[in-house]
Amino acid sequence: MDPTTLTIIAFGAVATYLTRIGGHVVLSRFSSIPPRVEAALEAVPAAVLAAIVAPYFVYEGLAESLTLVVAALLALRVPAIPLLVIGWAMVMALRQVL
Amino acid sequence: MSNDTRQFLHGVRAALPVIASITPFSLLFGALAAEQSLSLAEVVLMSVLLYAGASQMVGIELFGADIAPWIVVFSILAVNFRHVLYSAAMGKTIRHFALAPKALAFFVMTDPQFAVTEKHAEGGAPVTPAWYFGLGVPCYAMWIAGSVLGAVFGNLIGDPRATGVDFLLPLYFLGLVMGFRGRAMWLPVVGVSGAVSVGAHQIVGTPWHISVGALAGVIVAVALAGRHVGERPA
Repeated sequence: MDPTTLTIIAFGAVATYLTRIGGHVVLSRFSSIPPRVEAALEAVPAAVLAAIVAPYFVYEGLAESLTLVVAALLALRVPAIPLLVIGWAMVMALRQVL
Repeated sequence: MSNDTRQFLHGVRAALPVIASITPFSLLFGALAAEQSLSLAEVVLMSVLLYAGASQMVGIELFGADIAPWIVVFSILAVNFRHVLYSAAMGKTIRHFALAPKALAFFVMTDPQFAVTEKHAEGGAPVTPAWYFGLGVPCYAMWIAGSVLGAVFGNLIGDPRATGVDFLLPLYFLGLVMGFRGRAMWLPVVGVSGAVSVGAHQIVGTPWHISVGALAGVIVAVALAGRHVGERPA
């Protein structure tokens, strides 16, 4: 194994683990969590996931945008696996047509 | 069946859609890493130690270029920065874990692991270590196995766009976003987070758009919560 690559992987692993415990380590130093911080934490999952997904609505193309809009509506009713299957079929079909 | 076994199996069931959406990416990672002439051992080591798909992709992209090692490490840190927010939020959900399982729990805390756990807790179900690792262990194992398969059989994997598997992860994440719609201020948070992310994607570029967009969404939540607190009669 290449020593430089190994070093990068090792430091990359440490950096990644630090991000994974960092927020918790900092917060656990406080005995009580103020309501504003509570509200911030409550918003984290939707905020981060929306930030990951949003560019796919805009920059990928028409087939992808349409599929995501339909999938967002379907997600109100349909569980995860069927949603994946329907969304996958739809994007494949639209990519052929559009 | 003991309660722990039952909890573990519940966790495994929750892992199935996660595995369906991340496995194509583990294959793709393995294939790209092998193409960048990483050895099989290096591919495995990366998946075992980092277990963070997007940052692994960025890592191997930069291995190929003639770039200072610290910049590669810094890029990995940048891609994974959103975990700080997850970690702060999930600490409360798993605060009853003993120290060693807690330390391990944060080690396997990926985007889906975090989101599925938060969703599980939101429904009022207890997040036990058995459930958490029932979800986490199969995903971790599949991620490593997928990277190995991708590295070994890389040339058999076609263009991910042609097979549509490139689209499974955003679809899955979208489903998760919608799953949180019961939370306070969901619509303003998602709207602002998404809009800022789209703008930041153009202005500051990947991967910073994720952290920038997410922070904007979180700030909106704080601002609206502050207004709520202020409105409450003293």
